[in-house]
Amino acid sequence: MDAFTVHTGTAAPLHRSNVDTDQIIPAEYLKRITRHGFEDALFASWRNDPEFVLNLPQYEGSSILIAGPDFGTGSSREHAVWALQDYGFKVILSSRFADIFRGNSGKGGLLTAVIPQDAIEKLWEIIESSPATPVTVDLQERTVTAGDYCCDFEVDDYVRWRLLEGLDDIGITLEHADAIAEFERNRPSFKPVLN
Amino acid sequence: MGRTLAEKVWSDHIIHEGDGLPDLLYIDMHLVHEVTSPQAFDGLRATGRPLRRPDLTIATEDHNIPTVDVDKPIADPVSRIQVETLRKNCEEFGVTLFPLGDLEQGIVHVVGPQMGLTQPGMTIVCGDSHTSTHGAFGALAFGIGTSEVEHVMATQTLPLKPFKTMAINVEGKLPLGVSAKDLILAVIAQIGTGGGQGYVLEYRGEAIKALSMEGRMTICNMSIEAGARAGMIAPDATTIEYIKGKPHAPHGEDWTHALSYWETLVTDPDAKFDKEITIDASSLRPFVTWGTNPGQGLPLDQSVPDPQSFSDPVERKAVENALAYMNLVPGQPLKEIAVDTVFLGSCTNGRIEDLRAAANVIKNRKVARGVRLLVVPGSTRVRIEAEHEGLDQIFLDAGAEWRGAGCSMCLAMNPDKLTPGERSASTSNRNFEGRQGPGGRTHLVSPEVAAATAVRGTLSDPTDLVEV
Repeated sequence: MDAFTVHTGTAAPLHRSNVDTDQIIPAEYLKRITRHGFEDALFASWRNDPEFVLNLPQYEGSSILIAGPDFGTGSSREHAVWALQDYGFKVILSSRFADIFRGNSGKGGLLTAVIPQDAIEKLWEIIESSPATPVTVDLQERTVTAGDYCCDFEVDDYVRWRLLEGLDDIGITLEHADAIAEFERNRPSFKPVLN
Repeated sequence: MGRTLAEKVWSDHIIHEGDGLPDLLYIDMHLVHEVTSPQAFDGLRATGRPLRRPDLTIATEDHNIPTVDVDKPIADPVSRIQVETLRKNCEEFGVTLFPLGDLEQGIVHVVGPQMGLTQPGMTIVCGDSHTSTHGAFGALAFGIGTSEVEHVMATQTLPLKPFKTMAINVEGKLPLGVSAKDLILAVIAQIGTGGGQGYVLEYRGEAIKALSMEGRMTICNMSIEAGARAGMIAPDATTIEYIKGKPHAPHGEDWTHALSYWETLVTDPDAKFDKEITIDASSLRPFVTWGTNPGQGLPLDQSVPDPQSFSDPVERKAVENALAYMNLVPGQPLKEIAVDTVFLGSCTNGRIEDLRAAANVIKNRKVARGVRLLVVPGSTRVRIEAEHEGLDQIFLDAGAEWRGAGCSMCLAMNPDKLTPGERSASTSNRNFEGRQGPGGRTHLVSPEVAAATAVRGTLSDPTDLVEV
């Protein structure tokens, strides 16, 4: 995983709450067995609407998505994270993320930064009046800056550390291999096993 | 101070305490299916890591598979490749797989409990958000993404931040004709789709204790729709009776040891939850969703709400969007909404008790003209049991389609889909836009309401039916 420190790019406003992972990527696209190539699947059904925000020329090439509350609810499909990344998004801003989606994002290197809904609305206003405004997300300082506006964001400390360092979770866990083996030796025999 | 059920199971699985960082937890059982695993197996191959515990890993084919012609090769080539990939991966890494056509095949969350692989006090994960189902046994069970699937394959552990705990106290008795599904839809409508975020829910109280294991699984299954990764119910005599004699239930001395451990798996009287809510079961009625998330629901005897009655602008916008998508008008009585399809099945309501409840309503009646009723058992064993009881014949006589086991129209990855604009009453768990097929409109209901709706052609509960 690549390390994440500071990202600057343009942003797209998504005026929706409860954006579930079926909207981010419909189940039809989950039949693929690869980890890449999902950009065409992102928001597939909404993209049929010419007025959908990602179809508007002023938001072309944006890498930061600014969404309403409860982003990423529903299915655990990590394909949602891959589709957002394949499309070019590096950061999602929302006042609240669903737990599994947020966890999946952290594993894949997509930053989910939590800011209050009034900050979301302020950013929507700035972006909509001037879509070319560069937005800077600084993970070290935990800030979002757009023009003169700046606010702090929340992110889990552990996720932040892993993103800053670009660390692989499995590698970290395997440093505890002896403790895992010791735990296994003491597991009760009544726990089910398959033969 | 005392501990909650969730805290007990958590602490019994800690390998390494994180001290502010995540704890490293041992995983007792890893359930695998074709959709969220191929990239994880690829990850193992790319890093040269073995799958640590094939004996604690089990796979089934459910999400993507057809429910007709199950003895023939899968017609959709993309689906077929994914299913064949699972077969090759399980072979290569030594994982037990129940493929299409196997007696044990079915939806992963129906298969685990029926084999006795789901037991109290276990940690259970799966690359599927409805893993919360297994919490009905007092297990800590939750859905994970594909990176975590690979992590569990490689290490049999997960690094996790402790959850907060929330008690859902359901006091009193459910009235006759009100099911576990109605109860959980009412809970989600009350706390919202984000209300459980960061929490493990523990369902408690008289109405929960009175539920069968099937009903408890329906409740825990939909915890994720309230934003909670896991829901739990303390094991009791009902739980033990269900597990006893199942193929993987403990035997002999192990059974005795298991029982004495399971007895400890209750929330201590002096334990404190981070949050508690109380619901009066006796006030509940059959419940249905009108919108595009599971929190947008009302008792079936009410009407489509008016967006103007919502004061929060974000919520009002969400209601306007939902009504536009669902093609509903404010004030329309819910019971006047006509459906095209009724889907009975899924990991929420595809167990034998659900099929019995629906069959009981539809017996000696006919599916309304122009309505399609699709009955999809949760597992092959459920299908066989239902056929043994003659339930298949009741559904067929009514004019329903009787299918093979799988996830089917719950998520429409296989050919069972709604067409654009088509409307369903569905016993599944998600009414998201397009969930059951692009442009499809979904109303979530209980098996009893599904059956009554199939007969009348409009959203209905069994008391709306003419006596036969």
